[in-house]
Amino acid sequence: MYFLSMTITEKILARAADKAAVAPGENIWVKADILLTHDICGPGTIGIFQREFGRQAKVWDRERVVIIPDHFIFTQDEMARRNVESLRTFAREQALSYFYDPGTPNYKGVCHVALPQEGHVRPGEVIFGTDSHTCTHGALGAFATGIGNTDAAFVMGTGKLLLKAPPTLRFTLDGLKPDYIMGKDIILRIIGDIGVEGANYCAMEFRGEAVAALSIEERMTICNMAIEAGAKNGIIAPDEKSVAYVRARTQKTFTPVTSDPDCTVAKDYAYNIASFEPGVAKPHSPGAYALARELEDIKIDRAYIGSCTGGKLADFIAAAVILQGKRVSVDTFLVPATQEVADGLEKEQINGETLASIFHKAGCLDIAPPSCAACLGGPPDTFGHTHGKEVVISTTNRNFIGRMGSKATQIYLASPLTAAASALKGRITDPRVFM
Amino acid sequence: MQNDTTPILAGKVYVLGDDIDTDQIIPARHLNLVPTIPAEYRQLGALALSGLPAEYPAFIKPGKKRADYKIVIAGRNFGCGSSREHAPIALAASGIQAIVAESYARIFFRNAVATGALFPFEAETNLRTVFQTGDEAEIQLEREKLRHSKSGQVFKLKSLGAVRPVVAAGGLFAYARKMGMINH
Ligand code: SF4
Repeated sequence: MYFLSMTITEKILARAADKAAVAPGENIWVKADILLTHDICGPGTIGIFQREFGRQAKVWDRERVVIIPDHFIFTQDEMARRNVESLRTFAREQALSYFYDPGTPNYKGVCHVALPQEGHVRPGEVIFGTDSHTCTHGALGAFATGIGNTDAAFVMGTGKLLLKAPPTLRFTLDGLKPDYIMGKDIILRIIGDIGVEGANYCAMEFRGEAVAALSIEERMTICNMAIEAGAKNGIIAPDEKSVAYVRARTQKTFTPVTSDPDCTVAKDYAYNIASFEPGVAKPHSPGAYALARELEDIKIDRAYIGSCTGGKLADFIAAAVILQGKRVSVDTFLVPATQEVADGLEKEQINGETLASIFHKAGCLDIAPPSCAACLGGPPDTFGHTHGKEVVISTTNRNFIGRMGSKATQIYLASPLTAAASALKGRITDPRVFM
Repeated sequence: MQNDTTPILAGKVYVLGDDIDTDQIIPARHLNLVPTIPAEYRQLGALALSGLPAEYPAFIKPGKKRADYKIVIAGRNFGCGSSREHAPIALAASGIQAIVAESYARIFFRNAVATGALFPFEAETNLRTVFQTGDEAEIQLEREKLRHSKSGQVFKLKSLGAVRPVVAAGGLFAYARKMGMINH
């Protein structure tokens, strides 16, 4: 066997396929470490699983099928409730080890924040999820990608999936990150540059001194939006920070891998983030990039801080830094991604004041319980669902037509710093104004 | 589901632009419908492309459950966004048998193949200068060609290659069984 140097993505896939090496374009059967599903794709996945493998069939590994209902949770919608109930039945019948049931103390919230938080994301492993933002988990050095119900049903029954190994686009981010720049600004800029299909079928690997300096939560924001450029996965090689994050959350053993120094990539991109400015994606595309300061004549009707991209504790800390001691001038919706984040809002303090108190005094709407909420619109009674021509600045990841409910809504995507600064002024605002 | 014994798909086309995302194909509020439940499968069909902006003509006529169209012609990056399999399923349930786009978002393409719901062909050129919504067209599946009935022009499609037999078999499970990859 000759030696082949590989990227981290190729190495993880090779190991999961029991091969010494894989090259981009190769079709391989890959073993799954985790299959993630939720309340909007879980019932359909289970339907296919039972149709194809039989009503009595057992999932391939009850420890590895993780179900995290999160999308349509706090709604009176009958069918949404029925769907969660069907997950409950399935989790019970299959004796699944990890089912985070809404309405119980075990409820978590948004799957992509809950999955790493609960220790299910481990470096070097393969994660399939019935949600396109499964690519988030590459932030911890895993290969993680979104799949449809049929593929997920196949994994549920066999523990395997046929994949084509992706070529890698490598983004080297150097420079010292200014404090007004967040992971969101970095990924919006990159998507703006390469376009919404600029990484179609590819792995996006992020590395460099600026990435090493980022917190795990900020790395997750970046990998979360790899799909917005069409990528199969986003990935960041594990380092001491990510390994420490994972060790604190699981007893399971794992073997981190990293790219070989001389590996081949399809394309290299280099950025110095010291020169970055706060960015925004304009309606209706995550690739419609502009600088926040160029849009200061855009009036907004509401600000929305939440989701798997922008509803983590670090995101709320950033917003609170801007909002402390000031008053918002538009409706400001706050949706912590998970219960752990919600608890953090009560505990975490800035200048001796909790985040929850800062938001309350700033005049934000009451903090909603954790879920996807209006990130994807949801049933009409969903918190933050739009019904008219609202102009929204949002820390979420998609600004497609109708994404938050009404087709007439205009959604601007931005970092929590920019969203909070804009909430104060009632116009899109560069956060440096308040820093 | 498709079948190689019907090598020609023919019918009216519906023409779309670039970056048609899955929220336009099936808006998120309808994701409470479960595609494997037959009545909800039909409802998904009746809601296909209901997220399009108002500039487009109605894909499904008021009061109808299915579209008058058989083929969607689209631009680049068709099906970008979410992994919801509801998207290719809704199009298929509405009566669409094939899409001819300039390019696809990866997960949509994969879902179209895995479900066997419809053929996701890629065009070699921009067809939107030739085809208008309502025009008749036919696709010769084996020869991978698209014909515009009015003008008689014939367009070569990029080969679906290894993917065509998977769709033709009816999707991933049917194909995996046929090939002996699973024996359930
Ligand atoms: S928060 Fe939004 S993007 Fe994230 S999983 Fe939920 S709906 Fe999807």
